Amino acid sequence: MTTTAFLQYCLAGISIGGIYALIAIGYTMVYGILRLINFAHGDIFMMAAYFMIFAMVDFMIPWYISASIVIISTILLGLLIEKLAYSPLRSSPRMSIMISAIGVSFLLQNLATYLFSALPKQYPAIPVLNKTLTFGEVSTSVVTFITPIITIGALIILMAIIKKTKIGMAMRAVSKDFQTAKLMGIEINTVISVTFIIGCFLAALGSMLYFTPRPSVFPLAGSLPGLKCFVAAVFGGIGSIPGAVLGGFLIGLCETFIKAAGYSEFSDVFTFILLIAVLMFRPTGLFGETLAEKV
Amino acid sequence: MDNAKPSVLRLEDITMQFGGVVAVNNLSLEVRQGEIIGLIGPNGAGKTTAFNVVTGVYAPTNGALYLNDNLIITNYPRGKMKELYQGENKGKYTKSMLLSPDRITKMGVARTFQNIRLFKDLTVFENVLIAKHMNVKANIFSATFRLNRREEQRMKEESMDLLRILDLDKNKDDIASSLPYGKQRHLDIARALATKPSLLLLDEPAAGMNPQESDELMHFIGRIRDDFDLSILMIEHHMQLVMGICERIYVLDYGINIAEGNPAEIQNNPRVIEAYLGVDE
Amino acid sequence: MKKKTKIICSIIAGLVIAAFIVYVGEEVPSSSMLRTVLQLGTIYALVAVSMNLLNGFTGLFSLGQAGFMAVGAYTYAVLTIPVAKKANVYYLYGITDSLANVELPLWVGLIAGGLLAALLAAVVGAPVLRLKSDYFAIATLGFSEIVRILVGSSPFNRITNGSLGLNSIPGNPSYYTPFIVAAICIAVIVLLLTSSYGRAFKAIREDEIAAEAMGIRLSTHKQMAFIISSFFTGISGALLAMYLGAITSTTFPIMLTYNILLIVVIGGMGSVTGSIMAAFLVTAAKEWWLRFLDQTMMIGDFQVPLLRTGFRMVVFSIILMLVVLFWRRGIMGQKEFSWDGLINFFKRIGNRFRGNASKKGGALNG
Repeated sequence: MTTTAFLQYCLAGISIGGIYALIAIGYTMVYGILRLINFAHGDIFMMAAYFMIFAMVDFMIPWYISASIVIISTILLGLLIEKLAYSPLRSSPRMSIMISAIGVSFLLQNLATYLFSALPKQYPAIPVLNKTLTFGEVSTSVVTFITPIITIGALIILMAIIKKTKIGMAMRAVSKDFQTAKLMGIEINTVISVTFIIGCFLAALGSMLYFTPRPSVFPLAGSLPGLKCFVAAVFGGIGSIPGAVLGGFLIGLCETFIKAAGYSEFSDVFTFILLIAVLMFRPTGLFGETLAEKV
Repeated sequence: MDNAKPSVLRLEDITMQFGGVVAVNNLSLEVRQGEIIGLIGPNGAGKTTAFNVVTGVYAPTNGALYLNDNLIITNYPRGKMKELYQGENKGKYTKSMLLSPDRITKMGVARTFQNIRLFKDLTVFENVLIAKHMNVKANIFSATFRLNRREEQRMKEESMDLLRILDLDKNKDDIASSLPYGKQRHLDIARALATKPSLLLLDEPAAGMNPQESDELMHFIGRIRDDFDLSILMIEHHMQLVMGICERIYVLDYGINIAEGNPAEIQNNPRVIEAYLGVDE
Repeated sequence: MKKKTKIICSIIAGLVIAAFIVYVGEEVPSSSMLRTVLQLGTIYALVAVSMNLLNGFTGLFSLGQAGFMAVGAYTYAVLTIPVAKKANVYYLYGITDSLANVELPLWVGLIAGGLLAALLAAVVGAPVLRLKSDYFAIATLGFSEIVRILVGSSPFNRITNGSLGLNSIPGNPSYYTPFIVAAICIAVIVLLLTSSYGRAFKAIREDEIAAEAMGIRLSTHKQMAFIISSFFTGISGALLAMYLGAITSTTFPIMLTYNILLIVVIGGMGSVTGSIMAAFLVTAAKEWWLRFLDQTMMIGDFQVPLLRTGFRMVVFSIILMLVVLFWRRGIMGQKEFSWDGLINFFKRIGNRFRGNASKKGGALNG
């Protein structure tokens, strides 16, 4: 492998890793607050892509307005799912909420098939993101280059929100102990809503960055990336935001290099083997906390 | 103290530390054949933690535990605990030997739970019958194809007898969670007895009971000790019950064993009074 | 109701069901939807019951069904495709020498499918079963995906025919095969559940800590439940291969597991009869009753809105969500079908009608 090729792969890996990280944050935050694996998160990410097609192709809205429409509608979708499918089950066993999440994922995929047909649709080109940049011998598109920057930026802003603001403090409290936080007068529903808003915002952002360099969107397009991002979240220690980001980058890099080495069939197998290995040897991930069950 | 009676359970220097918190500190305790021993102390004193160590739910950080004079559990501060350890007797124990809860139950130690952990959606009869499962000789295939009819029959009869003794036979087919509270407590004990223990650990058996009920419970505990040939270690807050039935009492406060003796000695022990009532400063 | 009457009722009901199956087999044309629903429903009933053994009875939330079905289906297919047809099936990659002349009887293939799935469960189970509820779910889901990707990947080209999949798989020797196989398997599962081991499984579901305190070794019992469930899941995978005649790795996506999970949920987690009923209901609804939703429909000149390809699945998933949210116990909850239960059910409905009538249509008093 030449140095140029190596750098090229590194950049590609970091870029896709950044997108995984953005989505993984959504998983990890929801899990931290609700102890729920939000199986529908990958499908929300897929829906965001369709919203973009809708706005830019069907309504010919310029990309910058479309982008904000996509972000807002994705957030609304997330909040709607939370209100309709998760909040009625708040006091029921965890298994029920998980089943509900699986049900939502099922519904979203079928809904997408119905509304947009099962045939792949072309993702609109966002002109700014598609320009080519050249650094010496390494050439890349803008999107590949700015994705990791956006991810790191999002991480910094998010950490600031969580560390410094009142709502961030509430979020930390809720993720430590749901019941006690409730007794202390924290508005649980607000905290959960904010969590979903942040998660969906990042998913919408990730969706734009993910699909721009890819040819098409189809109703199952969110399912596998969704699972991989969940693995990233588990790897970093579910509930930990920096962990999720690190996990995302790591999985993105590994995947790219496995593909580069000619084993692209197995890049997904690697991800799942990594998942099982992490769960076996360090179920709390890199930065997760151990929770003891009270007897 | 009647030293002639053989020892059933002996804790030696048991320390249980979670992270930086020492929940049980250097506890030594002994239960002899046929005794009813009380373990008392204010809330958070580490009583239930001690129970969880005895029943294998937690691995102790340091110390040793003997059942019928055989060493069954021992541990020393390892890994991260090496630096964190704040308890005493560091270095006295050098072996690590741990057992899972099911193994300890099979050795004849049964327990009840402070917050009654019944199999809620199953019937009273099933609750007791499940406790008989551990001695099933048939493997899963012969059990599935009913090649162990005689064994199954025997288990059912034994469970029925137990329900009769504990006055639960009329509720046999009721769902456990539908029972009144007092009966649930009884069932919790019945289930423990179904494992045919030689040592029974009762975690606050009288919690939530009125004086009359707890008085009945006192007689009941005495009766099962005699009928089932048990030794009993119990955590309890109802002082009347403890003083009325226990032969010896251990008092824990902040994980430390602050007093030990017969009920009269404990009642007059200034440190115990201080632990319970606090001191004027 | 007296015990004797109940037994008579059960025998009659059993005969009626059997007679119905025979009637459909002998009289209804083989292209009929009813036949499809009965056969496919039977296969789903078996997977659903084996999934319920884990999820509903032992409290282990497993999402690996599709993977184990794939193992069963591929094992069956590889072992039973007639030697004469192999050259045709493996036209692109060829077949490994050791398998070139293998053509086992169908029932051997079926059992081998189950056994290989069970073996895999034994290997995977030891580490994975240590995980707590949702982590276990996601690990089994990951496992299922690994299996799916591997059976379709190039190193296995000469065994599984890679991404091309397998065809010419010998079909059901008779219309009755899936019914007989599924009935035997479900009967065995029911016997297991009512044995001492079944009670231990339920104890683990109810409260792991209490179960352990009752002397039940969690690891071995979970392992047993996992292996046995996977065995029957493997068998049902083989039955599915038999039914379909051709499989590829995409026959076994995660979506398949979700489908089965939703059958289990609709039937009631922890009810064998519930799972069986739900399997037929869901299959009938999906494959038959809701079919019209996929076709455009004209009433006079008016085109009924919304109806077009894909709408069936949307309606279906909305029904599922409603069940999950508002009817969480499913059809049977944790109970099994009983005649007393049926009588009570009708009494309740009767009372409700009478009650409503006396209140002059107090519709809100439901």
